[in-house]
Amino acid sequence: MAERMALTGNDSVAYALKQINPDVVAAYPITPQTEMMHKFAAYVADGEVVTEFVPVESEHSAMSAVVGASLAGARACTATSSQGLALMWEILYITASYRCPVVMPVVNRALSGPINIHCDHSDTMGARDAGWIHLYSENCQEAYDNTIQAVRIAEHPDVRLPVMVCLDGFILSHTLEALETNDDEAVRNFIGEYEVADSLLNVEQARTFGAFSLQNYYFEFKKQQADAMERAPVVVEQIGREYGELSGRHYGLLDAYRCEDAELVLVGLGSTMGTVKQAADDLREAEGIKCGVLKVRCFRPLPGEQIRQAVKGAAIVGVMDRAVSFGLGGPLFHEVRSACYGETVGMLNFIYGLGGRDLSLTDAKDTFRALLQAADSGEPEPTVRYIGLRE
Amino acid sequence: MATTSLKQLSDMPELLSGGHAACPGCAGPIVIRQILLAAQQDDVYVVSSIATGCMEVSTTVYPNSAWRVPLVHNAFENSAATISGAEAAYRSLKRQGKIDKKVAFFAWGGDGGTYDIGLQSLSGALERGHNFTYVCYDNEAYMNTGIQRSGATPKGAFTTTAPAGKVSPGKGQTKKDLTAIVAAHGIPYVAQASPHRPRDLMKKVQKAVATEGPAFLNVLSPCPRGWRHPPEQTIEIAKLACETCVWQLFEIEDGKTTVNYKPKERKPVRDWLESQGRFRHLFAPRNEHLIEEIQADVDRKWERLLALEAMDKAQAD
Repeated sequence: MAERMALTGNDSVAYALKQINPDVVAAYPITPQTEMMHKFAAYVADGEVVTEFVPVESEHSAMSAVVGASLAGARACTATSSQGLALMWEILYITASYRCPVVMPVVNRALSGPINIHCDHSDTMGARDAGWIHLYSENCQEAYDNTIQAVRIAEHPDVRLPVMVCLDGFILSHTLEALETNDDEAVRNFIGEYEVADSLLNVEQARTFGAFSLQNYYFEFKKQQADAMERAPVVVEQIGREYGELSGRHYGLLDAYRCEDAELVLVGLGSTMGTVKQAADDLREAEGIKCGVLKVRCFRPLPGEQIRQAVKGAAIVGVMDRAVSFGLGGPLFHEVRSACYGETVGMLNFIYGLGGRDLSLTDAKDTFRALLQAADSGEPEPTVRYIGLRE
Repeated sequence: MATTSLKQLSDMPELLSGGHAACPGCAGPIVIRQILLAAQQDDVYVVSSIATGCMEVSTTVYPNSAWRVPLVHNAFENSAATISGAEAAYRSLKRQGKIDKKVAFFAWGGDGGTYDIGLQSLSGALERGHNFTYVCYDNEAYMNTGIQRSGATPKGAFTTTAPAGKVSPGKGQTKKDLTAIVAAHGIPYVAQASPHRPRDLMKKVQKAVATEGPAFLNVLSPCPRGWRHPPEQTIEIAKLACETCVWQLFEIEDGKTTVNYKPKERKPVRDWLESQGRFRHLFAPRNEHLIEEIQADVDRKWERLLALEAMDKAQAD
């Protein structure tokens, strides 16, 4: 039976992992991911999962162990945040290129320095070229739902790529939310058995994994990875529909909220999109401003064409980035603008919330107003703006 | 019953094929062949991970591989962490009834991947108690990248990052005692071995495989390119290392030390140093005092090892 439960973001993902029941989980503690692994370790201790839990000595070893487990034919997961993700960097690329269908919740937290434990997207944004699929979650419900779908997406024969499920540190990870969970058996049937043709443990077939590949083959491996990523959007959508049939909650690559007739559209990722949707409702109701919100759920692969279609009717678009690519601006902004090449729509970049700086409902409304002013004045300069910065 | 009989082993299929790209006289493939032959016997299958390094690049050039047992190469510093994931997968799948074969897990690394960059990964895997054997093929420098100094490089040796020059006599520091560091983890089986005594090495391999929990083998692996000796002398050089007690053959079983080879008459370290070009500069008059220092280091270490053995024996009695 589907059940309504009150769970924090960390607990909701831990609950999804319990239902997924991976063969191996290797993890290392880091704030704000820790409670997810406390909860999961308790499931292991109580025998509620078959998982072999490997409490490694670092995130580098967490990712390394997960690669070993995955190549040995196991469904394998880990979870991390911030510095932990940074320490995994080298192996993130290897996981993707070895086509290990690993699922990793990432509880977004700002990268040092200075050290900070609160939310921004500098950690996962830095990993955007590592070859992983990135799903961002708006709330704890989505974090739970994305984790379950991630297994199917990762293991899909057309894809076979690792997936990171991003959820905002503290804002989601430590916030209690009422959400719908699926029945254990429904999840088990939805994800199915993990089966691999070649594994390290097929001991009678001696395979070498991760061979040394030079000028004559490396390029083709990379093209295969690029092709798998190209095939992923269709799979993400298909599994989002199937999950909708299971749960009543449908998922696509994007979530376009009141965009059809919108003159102003804000594009962004994660929990902030909830606040921005509220601001759009309020401004439409109180001031008659036609606001829309485009939430990018699937950031990798970037659904560029769908983004272009969703925003091309607007007068102006603002892209909200919770990360900075120093010397460039917001990474999402540059990708969205590139996706919209050829459209006449104006575009601004709003950088906000670094290191967990709160974005209030007032800030969100002010952001729409800034868009409106730029559209009215016909002078969208400066392009890159900072919200909520101390004077 | 596992065998170390050379006659029987010679009838068994080689598990590391020829045709790989290791240098002439490299001890690495000799060590790997001996170990695989000793380990994969009866109903036991070997599954391995290997660190980036000489043996990895020379045996796995895609689309070829010299390995006739399953192998994974992940990165440089994570051979132990990688095999710990595979071993965890095995335990989980076995518990679920999805696999019934007996598997001996091996992680391989050179001294760079073990003494230095992979030390944390190794330490973590040992502490967690995974059922695997780690083999370090110790050629005493980063040979794959061009003979740079490592924590395993002995004092006075020439390397490209600690060269002997007008004011420097090569590496100024002593070799890290990795085997002692590993033993300090309190794992059930730790040993040092050398390819010139294959039966000793293979018996140790079979003990490691039979051990529940982590085992560690540190195997001296002469490198003609880096040590500057003729390729055909590899085994002679390994033998000389043990005859001079520069390298010691011993094992630590559940904390008890046994020395497996005690030369009747120890050869002077000078003989060892003379055998390789990497120590040539030590014979210049301004450096000769270092030879005495190195001899004193070797003496102290050897006496200490014998004392440890005697102490463990006395405790057992």
